[in-house]
Amino acid sequence: MKEIVVISGKGGTGKTSVCAALAYIKANELVLADCDVDAADLHLIFRPKVHKDEPFFSGVKAVVDPASCTNCGKCAQVCRFDAVRQDEDAHFVDLLDCEGCGYCALICPVNAITMPKQKVGRVFGSEARTGTPMAHARLDIGADNSGKLVTKVKSDSKALATEHSRELILVDGSPGIGCPVIASLSGADLALMVTEPSISGLEDLKRVCELGSKFDLKMACVINKTDINPRIATEIRNTMKQRNIPILMELPYSNDFSEAISLGQTLTEYNPSQWQALFEQLWEKILKEI
Amino acid sequence: MAVWRQATTAVTTKMRIAITSGKGGTGKTTLAVNLAHYLARKHDTLLVDLDVEEPNCHVFIKGKLQQKEVAKRMVPAWNIRACSMCGKCITWCRFNSLIRLGNTILVLPELCHSCYLCSELCPDAALPMQAFPLGKLSRIKDGELDFLEARMEIGVEQASPLISQALDYVDNHFPGKEFQLLDSPPGTSCSMIAATKTADFAILVTEPTPFGLHDLSLAVETLRQLQIPIAVVINRSGANDGLIEEYCSRESIPIWSKIPHLRKIAGLYSEGQLLYQKVPELQQSLDEIIAKLEELS
Repeated sequence: MKEIVVISGKGGTGKTSVCAALAYIKANELVLADCDVDAADLHLIFRPKVHKDEPFFSGVKAVVDPASCTNCGKCAQVCRFDAVRQDEDAHFVDLLDCEGCGYCALICPVNAITMPKQKVGRVFGSEARTGTPMAHARLDIGADNSGKLVTKVKSDSKALATEHSRELILVDGSPGIGCPVIASLSGADLALMVTEPSISGLEDLKRVCELGSKFDLKMACVINKTDINPRIATEIRNTMKQRNIPILMELPYSNDFSEAISLGQTLTEYNPSQWQALFEQLWEKILKEI
Repeated sequence: MAVWRQATTAVTTKMRIAITSGKGGTGKTTLAVNLAHYLARKHDTLLVDLDVEEPNCHVFIKGKLQQKEVAKRMVPAWNIRACSMCGKCITWCRFNSLIRLGNTILVLPELCHSCYLCSELCPDAALPMQAFPLGKLSRIKDGELDFLEARMEIGVEQASPLISQALDYVDNHFPGKEFQLLDSPPGTSCSMIAATKTADFAILVTEPTPFGLHDLSLAVETLRQLQIPIAVVINRSGANDGLIEEYCSRESIPIWSKIPHLRKIAGLYSEGQLLYQKVPELQQSLDEIIAKLEELS
């Protein structure tokens, strides 16, 4: 079983559009996973039938039982996150600030503090309208542990692949370089970076490459909107060459990207004469890389 | 809104404005840098880049570096001589950042949340805290505009501690700024919360597509939970604006401005140029937004 993770560093480069275009033409071959859990959008295009919908629990937070609290204030003294506040009769914890370290619960002289598990989101096991098995999730508002939720979506997608005897998992990763991306990339057979020729795009691409090398990942690149700035497009080609990262495809700037999304379609579905052959080609190149 | 007294008896009103978006790539940074640069001509303004994983404001703000410092957090360091291998630290740590390997305690600083529990409660005092680099804070001056960039070290997992330190720096070094504009991370997770939770107001930049709308609605829910008042700016505005307009009217969210979808914006942006002097449509949008900000303060 192989895993291809589409990432971007910078937002808005067309990561999800590329992912969806590929998923549409290879609907019968792969499993789709949406690991961009705090702004998951693939379901808007694939409008899946949800078969499984489960809450996901991860991490703990401190809760003070006001009946047992003697208001001694030791919890507030040890908390490094200023999460403990004081009422007239008892202390209480602001859950948005609590990091769940459990220091307060450990030292509370009357054991008034418990550390219940937190629901951080929901995970879904679904079938896309194209028939493709799909794992996705929704992170609760302001929840921590997005990395853990990403890991859960990835393991669910593997289970779906086994169940449906499919060998390939296509993952829509998250932007940035922090914990959700690191979780998206762990165990990937290929990180496909979608970039655009802007100074910001190039800078973000370099940071993602650094991250990839740190984890010794196999990487490949797609330049989207390549005609927006030919000079920087050349710079991206040179940078990738120096790092021995192949550029699998360059795509032109096109309003089709937003038009297709507006109709809830993939590029390859919205305008097949323009895009189908290109994405078939891209897919062949991806398969060669893995 | 934070109101405090200066050394003189005059009362100054300070506004901290977060600029964010649910979806990435909607033009949040474009708005932040252009608005800050333009606003600084009239008002004492600070721009802070809190999108620490991929900070891009510096591409557009060309100024003189005034100060650079390494932002650090405290993590435990294991002292082999003092340790009696009781193993309590490992059972206490809820972040799995301490592991026992044979007769060694290994500290994984990327996973540590700096709660000090192990260090302060270790019976042998064998886990003193030491500094671990998170990233860099750079202070830059571009004409009238002050700019602070927070940039996360590659391989560091948690963005929120660096964001909090950058905001501490702002409190300590720029308390009197009339306007503090925060270019905040996209999404709705902990780093977005860390960047926006101290703001007096948030501007949400979106685009008129179903992705833009969906992610906008998540960001709106998040900011409502934080009880931060909001307004929306539609970027790449065009024929599909109705999508966002209907949502905003249903949710009673004001739309402060619309920035038209112009290919020349994409070209100038790609070169790292400020746009408002060259794109009158954008300058007009900024005028509209500034008028609203002045009404608030």
